[in-house]
Amino acid sequence: MFKTLAACVREYKGKSIASAVLVALEVIMECLIPFVAAILIKNIDEGCELSVVVRWGALLILLACISLTFGALAGGACATASCGFAKNLRHDLYVRVQDFSFENIDKFSSASLVTRLTTDVANVQMSYMMLIRVAIRSPLMLIFALVMGFVMGGSMAVIFLAIVPVLAFGLIMVIRLTMPLFRRVFRRYDKLNESIEENIIGARVVKSFVREKYENEKFDREAKSVCADFTKAEKILAFNGPLMQLCVYSVMIFTLYFGARAIIADPASGFDVGKLSALITYGVQILISLMTLSMIFVMLTISAESAVRISEVLREEASVISPKEPVMQVKNGDVVFENVTFRYSKTAEKAALSDIDLSIRSGETVGILGGTGSSKSTLVQLISRLYDVSEGRVLVGGTDVRDYDLTVLRDSVAVVLQKNVLFSGTIRENLLWGNASATDEEIKEACRMACADEFIETFPEGYDTYIEQGGANVSGGQKQRLCIARALLKKPKVLILDDSTSAVDTRTDAHIRAAFASFIPETTKIIIAQRVASVMEADKIILMEGGKITAVGNHETLLRSSDVYREIYESQCRTGEEEVDEK
Amino acid sequence: MKKPTAKKGTFFRVLRTLYSFFPVSMILITLCIIFSAAVSSIPSLFMQRVIALIETHAKDGAWAVALETLVPLLVLLASLYVVALLANFTYNRAMAVVTQKLLYKLRGEMFARMQKLPISYFDTHKNGDVMSYYTNDIDTLREMVSRSFPQLLNSTVIILTVFFIMFYFCAWLAFLVIGGVIAMSIISKKVGGGSAKYFLRQQIAIGKTEGYIEEMMNGQKVVKVFCHEEASIRGFDEINDSLFRDAEKANRYANTLMPILNNIGNILYALVAILGGVLIVTNAPNISLSGMAISASVIVPFLNMTKQFSGNVGQLSQQINAIVMGLAGASRIFSFIDEEPETDEGYVTLVNAKTENGMLVESKERTGLWAWKHPHAADGSVTYTPLRGDVRFFDVDFGYRPDKTVLHNVTIYAEPGQKIAFVGATGAGKTTITNLINRFYDIADGKIRYDGININKIKKADLRRSLGIVLQDTCLFTGSVMENIRYGRLDATDEDCVHAATLAGAHDFITRLPEGYATVLHGGGAGLSQGQRQLIAIARAAVADPPVMILDEATSSIDTHTEAIVQRGMDNLMKGRTVFVIAHRLSTVRNSDVIMVLEQGRIIERGSHEKLIAERGKYYQLYTGAFELE
Repeated sequence: MFKTLAACVREYKGKSIASAVLVALEVIMECLIPFVAAILIKNIDEGCELSVVVRWGALLILLACISLTFGALAGGACATASCGFAKNLRHDLYVRVQDFSFENIDKFSSASLVTRLTTDVANVQMSYMMLIRVAIRSPLMLIFALVMGFVMGGSMAVIFLAIVPVLAFGLIMVIRLTMPLFRRVFRRYDKLNESIEENIIGARVVKSFVREKYENEKFDREAKSVCADFTKAEKILAFNGPLMQLCVYSVMIFTLYFGARAIIADPASGFDVGKLSALITYGVQILISLMTLSMIFVMLTISAESAVRISEVLREEASVISPKEPVMQVKNGDVVFENVTFRYSKTAEKAALSDIDLSIRSGETVGILGGTGSSKSTLVQLISRLYDVSEGRVLVGGTDVRDYDLTVLRDSVAVVLQKNVLFSGTIRENLLWGNASATDEEIKEACRMACADEFIETFPEGYDTYIEQGGANVSGGQKQRLCIARALLKKPKVLILDDSTSAVDTRTDAHIRAAFASFIPETTKIIIAQRVASVMEADKIILMEGGKITAVGNHETLLRSSDVYREIYESQCRTGEEEVDEK
Repeated sequence: MKKPTAKKGTFFRVLRTLYSFFPVSMILITLCIIFSAAVSSIPSLFMQRVIALIETHAKDGAWAVALETLVPLLVLLASLYVVALLANFTYNRAMAVVTQKLLYKLRGEMFARMQKLPISYFDTHKNGDVMSYYTNDIDTLREMVSRSFPQLLNSTVIILTVFFIMFYFCAWLAFLVIGGVIAMSIISKKVGGGSAKYFLRQQIAIGKTEGYIEEMMNGQKVVKVFCHEEASIRGFDEINDSLFRDAEKANRYANTLMPILNNIGNILYALVAILGGVLIVTNAPNISLSGMAISASVIVPFLNMTKQFSGNVGQLSQQINAIVMGLAGASRIFSFIDEEPETDEGYVTLVNAKTENGMLVESKERTGLWAWKHPHAADGSVTYTPLRGDVRFFDVDFGYRPDKTVLHNVTIYAEPGQKIAFVGATGAGKTTITNLINRFYDIADGKIRYDGININKIKKADLRRSLGIVLQDTCLFTGSVMENIRYGRLDATDEDCVHAATLAGAHDFITRLPEGYATVLHGGGAGLSQGQRQLIAIARAAVADPPVMILDEATSSIDTHTEAIVQRGMDNLMKGRTVFVIAHRLSTVRNSDVIMVLEQGRIIERGSHEKLIAERGKYYQLYTGAFELE
């Protein structure tokens, strides 16, 4: 895991090392300061000359200035290194996700990918900053202060050796007791927030069913358990402060006692008031570093989960990739399914598609009908290799889709997805997704075919109208027509519409189909629809149920041979049309 | 981008809230902090005594004599320490409890208030903003209450005591330290100000990056379909790089502040030593509260105090940021709690009823028969009207904002047993009408009668209980499928729920789920298709078995074949009751008794399917596809 993440440091390795080195230098300076101060105090105590005081004092100020410079430089280097590391992480994650297949995306889910790219990266950035600064600083400080303590105080520094383990033991105990609690409580806390969010989104439902009291009680139960867990953990954590103070106070009292004894009873020890003062300073420095160390440890363990989640994405192998020697041209719009079976995951018991055999000639129009959950969308997604078949094969233009270069294949097979999105930007920018170099004339032509020109031209800014995120400011039907136009701009050999005109009125729907027939006769058109009217004139109509094809034929043959088709047709069309026809 | 500003008085309101919730604990905590802080600033007094003692006996080496003074001194210090430790421990534990309880209570208050807010609040506020009261704002508040407040009090007490002790020892040195600290605060304000500016920029950049990431991740499948990966990476890198630049600057400032403050403390330390030395060497007269002469025994503890003083000033300046942010969060939380709740002056209630001697009387048990209990203030009498589901609008005008009327002169008669449909373009006012029936919004003019009663007189909860609503956005809750269906009627048995699901045409697919009715749904039913979610939502409404049902685009994502099944089920359930249907698909509304065609808030046509077709008006155009529903 750390290797995967460390690989993202790249150009910021220098700054990271610089930060660590500068911090080390800063620590050395900081440890020298009490040493020099001790000499100064000793001199003052012995009633020395003014010039001596000024000399040592000046040295002290110089040391502080150097320490300040190193510290400030370290801070800067650390900022660059950690922000740069986060930038690289985000970049690598983002690039990785672009390689993901639909299967990979489904596995992680969009929402989770967003969290990994945002919150998790922020956590890791924070930890990295700690790592190259504080995590270097504290242990170094601990060691240097300990060494200096022995240099100055000799055997007196043994006091530190006695107290440090006490603090260390206490801190470890607190960490061991609280970590599992915190892990659990953070998960509960997330759940609590999830249920709050549900209540915000579902406010209408709660009110409609008059469930305010019920929700309040449910919430109270969850909030209580979060509160109880947090309190338990924080109460244990509350040992930290007094524990730290206990140690500092002990250092103080013992140093004062033994220091006084050394100076008074044992003049030969060479101990003096200056050293006494320095020893106390070192003692406090040591204990503070230990405390910081324990805090860093906690933070790092907490963010370790974020690190794991990031490296999961970085290590995920894209499940659909172009072959080594790809076919770079799609001959025509023939589509063939040979004995295809498909499962969404290898372990899934039920196949989403089974025993699919199908042959579509270039230029044909094919309609697909079937109930909710009959795997219509799954079927068409195999054509542009959004998923790979589990068994059998799918051919486009006579070649197995797995032999094509992915870009070539997907540029030739345009899919208008059911859950489609427009992106924030102008209409033109959105349409250019289909073909970045499309001329205005081409854009207009595509929009004419998709019957989108009529409403675009009523907008005051026409093709430069700004589309809000997710296409929030256009109606459902307008959005669908823009999505169709965007796909048409690819000039594909196979065009797949996955329930893409459901919000478009019947007349416009018919216009779009008529335009397809006259403008792109060579293109194979595969249309999934709810409305029989949308597929009635197709060369072939495929009926699906439970992942299987149950009937294939044109309108007339199916009316005669398929009960299901007849029922759907009658429920949707007959009564209305006859009445209208009568008038 | 929310600015970190708090309303005036928020600080005191937080304190007031704390004290009103936990009067004893808070007083105890305050005393403990003050005591523990005071004790942690007095060692310098003892140190001075000890060093003076050392100086006296250093030459004669009379350790035994020195001990006589030293031991009581140290014992006194140690006992003070023990008490301080106890105080410290007490307030840390108490603070943990108080903080969590405060958060618990605030969350509870927020949530309870949220349940009482009118729908207009949710319509005019973004979900994310409301959510952030519970997450970001609560988090900053916790940080402030549990860490910054004690730290603030602690540092202030230490600074004050040390301040006096400094003057007790030597005024000259004290002035020097104060001068240095003023310099420190000026610098930290300068640097801190710069850092605040860049942190704001960083926040904006983070918002932009997250927005881009969210949009692209949600559209990732479209990106794949259009082979748009490279362009998408280019767009991301641009935003990512600019985030890096802002974040780097912000962090640079923040990271630099600490070493600067730290080392100014060090410089101050050196200056105190020099000045002290100068004073001793020149034998300058001391000005101090104690009247002591300057000696090493004063300088050594003074040096420690210098560190303590500057350290605590540094602490304070670090807490300021957390407090400003915490107060801003608290201010938002308070104004959320202070939001006007939905008002309800209704007094007509819905009660179980039974007929006794041909008269309708109230019943304690569930009888399946409901009545409106209508107390009359004038003569103190109570009348019972049977619940039938008769809804009438008379000349209703309405606007979400006073200056923009969206419904004009709407008159509707919906009788029990009728199915009333609304068709019309987006924004024509179809959903608005249903919002008025259940009083999510109140009408501006005209009247609405429910079973002949003015709906303003009916208690909202009872009114809504008598209406079943299925919305286009289904909103399922985390929990099992069974629990989600039971949401419609909490005392429904499993059989009732299964029956409702069967009516709604949901039974088949539910039994095919991995755990059937026990399958747990997450994230609003993320694993289900939109159509399946709608079926569960219909089952949820069906189990409530209401006299009036409103289906607002309830079957929009269900294929027509399944829809026919659902319709048959619902028609059975709602026999003899009132149903309102809003649908885009004309096949959904065709068999309604009355179809209302809405245009720009007015009913322009009304009648049965046959009648409207015969009239050859808008409906006919819609139906024949000569006119678009957008």
